[in-house]
This record gives sequence, structure tokens and C-alpha cells, in this order.
Amino acid sequence: MHPSAIRKPSLRLIGGATALATSLSLVACGGGGGGPTATGGADATGGNFDGEVKVGILHSRSGTMAISENTVAEAELMAIDEINKAGGVAIDGKKLKIVPIEEDGASDWPTFAEKSKKLIDQDKVAVVFGGWTSASRKAMLPVYESKDAFLYYPIQYEGQECSKNIFYTGATPNQQAEPAVEWLLKNKGKDFFLVGSDYVYPRTANTIMKEQLKAQGGKLVGEDYLPLGNTEVAPIIAKIKQALPNGGVIVNTLNGDSNVAFFKQMKAAGITPANGYAIMSFSIAEEEIAAIGPEYLEGTYAAWNFFQSLDTPASKKFTADFKAKYGDKRVTNDPAEAAYTMVYLWKLGAEKANSVDDNKVREAMVGVSFDAPQGKVTVQPNHHIEKLVLIGEVQKDGMFKILENKGFVKPVAWNQFVPETKGYTCDHTQKRPDAGKFKL
Amino acid sequence: MTALFDTLFNGLAIGSVLMLAALGLAVVFGLMGVINMAHGELMMLGAYTTFVVQNLLKSGPLEVLFPIYILISIPIAFLVSGLVGLLLEKTVIRRLYGRPLETLLATWGVSLILQQFVRSVSTAFFLALLAAVALGLLAPRFTPAAWWRQRWTPLLKAGSWIVALVVGIGLGSLLGEQRALQQPWFSARNIDVTAPEWLRGSIDLGGVTMPTARLFILALTALALVGVNWFLQKSAWGIRIRAVTQNRSMSSCLGIPTETVDALTFFVGSGLAGIAGVAVSLLGSVGPNLGGNYIVLAFMVVVLGGLGKLWGTVVAAFVLGILDYVIGSGSLLLLWPSMPAALNGVISFFATTSMAKVLVFVLIMVFLQFRPAGMFPQKGRMVEA
Repeated sequence: MHPSAIRKPSLRLIGGATALATSLSLVACGGGGGGPTATGGADATGGNFDGEVKVGILHSRSGTMAISENTVAEAELMAIDEINKAGGVAIDGKKLKIVPIEEDGASDWPTFAEKSKKLIDQDKVAVVFGGWTSASRKAMLPVYESKDAFLYYPIQYEGQECSKNIFYTGATPNQQAEPAVEWLLKNKGKDFFLVGSDYVYPRTANTIMKEQLKAQGGKLVGEDYLPLGNTEVAPIIAKIKQALPNGGVIVNTLNGDSNVAFFKQMKAAGITPANGYAIMSFSIAEEEIAAIGPEYLEGTYAAWNFFQSLDTPASKKFTADFKAKYGDKRVTNDPAEAAYTMVYLWKLGAEKANSVDDNKVREAMVGVSFDAPQGKVTVQPNHHIEKLVLIGEVQKDGMFKILENKGFVKPVAWNQFVPETKGYTCDHTQKRPDAGKFKL
Repeated sequence: MTALFDTLFNGLAIGSVLMLAALGLAVVFGLMGVINMAHGELMMLGAYTTFVVQNLLKSGPLEVLFPIYILISIPIAFLVSGLVGLLLEKTVIRRLYGRPLETLLATWGVSLILQQFVRSVSTAFFLALLAAVALGLLAPRFTPAAWWRQRWTPLLKAGSWIVALVVGIGLGSLLGEQRALQQPWFSARNIDVTAPEWLRGSIDLGGVTMPTARLFILALTALALVGVNWFLQKSAWGIRIRAVTQNRSMSSCLGIPTETVDALTFFVGSGLAGIAGVAVSLLGSVGPNLGGNYIVLAFMVVVLGGLGKLWGTVVAAFVLGILDYVIGSGSLLLLWPSMPAALNGVISFFATTSMAKVLVFVLIMVFLQFRPAGMFPQKGRMVEA
């Protein structure tokens, strides 16, 4: 430090703070920029950084998926804020401030690919946190693979994918759908009707479920798919009534707006828990319940890896922090938790690699652990993480009552129920060209 | 028999939603020939009005009215959407009569503006917008009258609006400092319109489960139809509207104020979109892009029915509704259990929601090949053409 700075600290500091505030005015809003502290040096918190590292945030802030993806983006921004307040990412003894660059995927899959290119080529981000629907991930995948860049994807999905360039912090089917189906078979009945949105996630998830039902003694009585955004459910309700006249199990993998129409019209048609229908959803979390209205959902089930009602100190702190930042009426949910966790996992991975370079972080990631709101999670060799498996029932207040806690389950990317992928595995720590998918 | 009745009821139920969504468009597009791409957004405003009314009545002095808030929303939604439509007509569409392509693009732009408006409107935003518009409109009044008769008046006009805009943005960001004022009213999130208790259940009649919300929409559709029909056929203004539709210059010669008639027609058509918005909020999600789900269907119904014929719109809506249901639910298999295997295979193939849509669109395309003017084409001389 220059001697004069020590003698006249106030002037210099004010000047520095102003310059900092100006240069960061775009990202500093709401971020408690704070002035440089008087102590200076390595252990300072707040504004003293040795550099910046840019990260991309790419979610649908408009369109049919905005209802769900907003929360995820907000959870990521919150994690970035917390990391910055605690001194940023420590690389090589230097403290780097994380600067998020936000883009809107607009619920349009090609837009996700296009914005990914922009973030990688133009903004030169170290990593992109993004996506919700599998369709958006499938659209982005070739971009990240061809540019050898890095995507973190926080949503439960259908599996059957294991890219070197993606880290998946959402559940694979064996961490959500499979235990849920097992639970339904054991407690709720053997006749299953599958309803989903018409795109890759519900179709693949249902393929897996059908194989599982075959293997475990369940019976598929019908399935149908609604185009994304469609709100006319009468034909599907007719089919459900025809196939399950006296109640049964309905597994719902609808995504986005269609859920609202589905539950409103199901309730009106008398397909309710009270009439013997067990309805299990894989895309309905606390946020969606609030938007649909708990009146329509009370008594239905969901399987997730985190519920706001999870009674642990870490979970409560996460929810309290989220509410403090975004308002008291807001709720946390599984995708938000996974999104929050993945930002921290990347930070820990980068610190372990001592670099923000894609390839080095990628190698360092496996084995990184973080005390997430759901509990301690560890990155596995297949680029997925261990997750807590929970099954809950929607209550009047829009929260879940946890009916079953199956503990932490390791991720399986290539599904073992589906004949085509049975016996295959994925291990990116192995130096082989087909590490993403090889037969054991 | 029950199966037939069930099919009929569900088909009518789907058709009635299409009918309501298309009714306003049948007036605006069918009678006036205005391609209003913002029609869906006017529906969206109706749904948002329902949300506001619901929240106003949820608690407070008017709580007793809560069970019937849906009924109260109907006239209010009609007014809100109608007035926005009127504003749209006065500011945009009026200048584009007889230029369908420009109208299409301009109203599409308006639809985007309206979507973004409900996403970002906050008290600060609203006040700033109000201030900017007021300033822009009042500028001529507070400046010397001579300024507005010069060659550079257009420049002045543009300049005053730019100043108004800058003042508005400035005011908006100033007010935005206050957290309470900056909070968006609705945000980009979908909002929760919960039907009152009596519209959430269903009635069993002869083995057919009839959701009360569907019955309500059917009744509302019938009422709206009767109302519009009466208005167009019997009321003085309705007769004027029809006269202008048939021959604008002759009507004008006979002393009919055609501009007022245009505005009124647009007001009624937009208001009907508002009512449709109330109805669909009972069935589906309410969000900024609600309109997009219905606009294509509404145009399809009007085109299929034939322009200028209310009757055609009615028939087209119910035919599409029944087709959609019969194909999508595969209920033809129930009505005719012993059909040949080949036919059975074909019907099962199309008996999913996605494939039913494909088939319905194909049928419409084929039909329009043979009857390009729709089911009930306008007969006689169309002088306007």
C-alpha cells in the first residue's frame, strides 16, 4: 500500500469506494456493496477484491416457464451475493468477486442455445448456471460440448444423459421418480395413469416408469401428453375416468402453466384425493402450489429432495435468508435449493482447483462436498450429486408434510430399468473416451 | 346413451370456451375486419381484473360479496378490457383502417406491450406513466397556440412527447427509490385466481359429471351470445353498426357517425374479450401470456365460421369443441365398441391430446380448401371490398 494512503485513509477510501460503486453499479443493486473496511489486507470483507470472475445466469424470466425459473435464478443470485459478502472466490491467494451476467431464455429452447453462445463467446464467463426444462438443456448441450464450456443444471430430470460439460445438481430418476413409484406401489395401489407435458422430460420419465411398473408388479392403464401451454384438459379427464373409474394412481409430469389448468379441472371433475385418486407430481413444488392455489392441491403428493418444511437448522436458515432477501411471502423449494447449492459447489470446486479455468474446475469437482440446506452433498464421478429423497403431502397452507424420508441416495445417470441402458454407467474420473457412457 | 350425453356435454363445454374467446373477435374481426392480435391480451386483462376483484373482496368491509366475486368481475372486466380496447382504437387502429398488414403488426406490438405492462407495472411505474401521458397531452394547452400552426409543429410535437417520456422515466426512478412504490403489482409470475367454493365442485346428472365451472361458462356464453345478438339486431347502435359494416360511405351520407360506430364496435368486442378472460381464469392459469393460448384458436373459430356471421362463429366453436373432445379422448371407441380393427387403430393413434390437435387442424385446412369463406359465408354484395 502506498504510504500516503495510510496517512490519509478517509479520502482515498472514499475515492476508491466511489470508483468501485461506479464500476459495479449494474451488479451492486441490493447487494450491500459496503465500503472498504478500515482493516484492509487479506481478511477484509465487502468491497476489497483482487479481481472478478464472470458467471452466466440463464433462466426463463419470461414466458410459460418464468413461473418456476424466477425462483431458481433468485436463489443463484442469493448464493453469489453471500459468497461475495464472505470475500468471494479465493484463487491463488487472490479474492475474486463473482459478477453474475443474466440472460433471459424466454421459455424458448433455441434462445437458450443462442444466449449460451453469447455468454461463452462474448462475455467470456467461467461457468453458466442455467436451464429448467430438459428441452432447454438438450438445446444447450451441443453448445457446451462444442465449445468445451461448463454448464450447471439444477433441476430434477429424466437422466439418460451424462455429459462431461454439464454438472447436474437436480435429482436423477432414481433419486425422485423411482422411489416415488415404489412408495405409490406399496401404499396407494397398482393401477397407474401417466400424464405429462409433451416434451423430452415427461416422455423419458414415463418410459422409465413404465419399465419400472413392469418390473415391480404395477399396471399402466393409460397415458397422455399435453402440449406445453395447453389449458384444455377435458379429454384427458375423460380418459382417466374411463381407465380408473374407482380411483387409482395418477403420476403427473406436467410442467409450467398446464398444471394450473390440470388441477383446477381435475378438482371440478371430482378426480380428487377424497375420491380415491392418489396424485403424485414431479414438477410441483412450494412455488407452484402458491401460484395454483393450495385449495386445488391439498392431499396430493410430491417427491423432492428438499422441502421448505424440512426440519433442520440448515434448511431453516436457507428459507429465512431467502425470505429476508426477497420478501416474507416468498417460499423456497427444491429447485431453488439445488440452484443455491450448485453455485457453492462451483465455488468450492474452483477453490480446490485453484483456478476458474473450465477444465481444471471440472477435474477438481468430483468429491467436493457442501453442507447444503438438505444436508451434506458430495459431487459424484458421474457429475451428479447425492441427494436426500423425500415424499411429501400438500397441506392446507401450501407446505408439505414429509411422509417418508428415504435418506441420501447416490445418483444413477443411465437408467437400470430401461433395457437399452441397463448395465451402463458413467464415470468422468476415468480417462477413457467413452467415460460418459460405458458398460461395466 | 350416457356416453353420448357425456361426449355432448364435454364437447359443448370445450366449445363454449372457444365461443367466448372468439365472440369478441367475431365482432372486431368479423364485422369490422380489423385483425386484432392483441385480442388475447384483452382477455388477459379480464383475467387480471378477476384477480384484483378477488383480492379486494377477500377481506375487508365487502367480504360478504366474496362468494359471488366472479359475478361482480364480469361487468368490471367488460369495462376494463373495453376501455383499453377503446384506447387502442383511438390511438392505433383508427389510423390504420384499410391497411390489414400494418394493423396486424401494430396490434401484435400492442400485445407485447400489454404483456410487459402487467409484468412490470408497479405504483411508481403507473404514476410515472400517468404523468408522462398527461404531460404529453397537455403540452399544447400550456404553450402558445401559434406554435402549433407552424411548419415545425411535428417536430415540436415529437419533442414534447420525448420530454414527457424523459420526465416520466425520471419520475419513475425517483419514485422507485421507495420500496413500497417499486413493488410490482403482479410481477412476471402467474397469479392465483381461485374459483369460489360453489364453482369448484360438480353436479352428477344421469351418470354425467358436470363441473359447475363448466356449467357456469356455458351459461355465461349463452348469455353473452343472446346479449350480443340482441345488441346487433335490435338496438339502435347495433343497427348502425351493421349499416356501417355493409356500406360505410352510404351510412355516412345518411348521417351515421361512422367514427363513433367504429369506436363502439371495438369497445364491445374488446369488452367481450374481458368476459372471456373471467371465464378462462376458472379453468386455467392466469399469467401475462394467457392470451397466446387462445388467440390462434379464436381466429380459427371466426375464420371457420365465416366472417360477419355471428351464427357461423357459434357453430364453428361448438363443432371444434366436439371434434376436439371426441378425437382427443378417444370416446368414439366407447360409442361404437365393435368398430373394425383398422379404424380402431387409426382412432387410437389420434386419441392423444397432441395428435388430436394435429387432426383437427388438418380437418380445418381441408374444409377451408373447399369452403374458403367458411361455413356461413356472407351473401350478397360486400361494398367495402
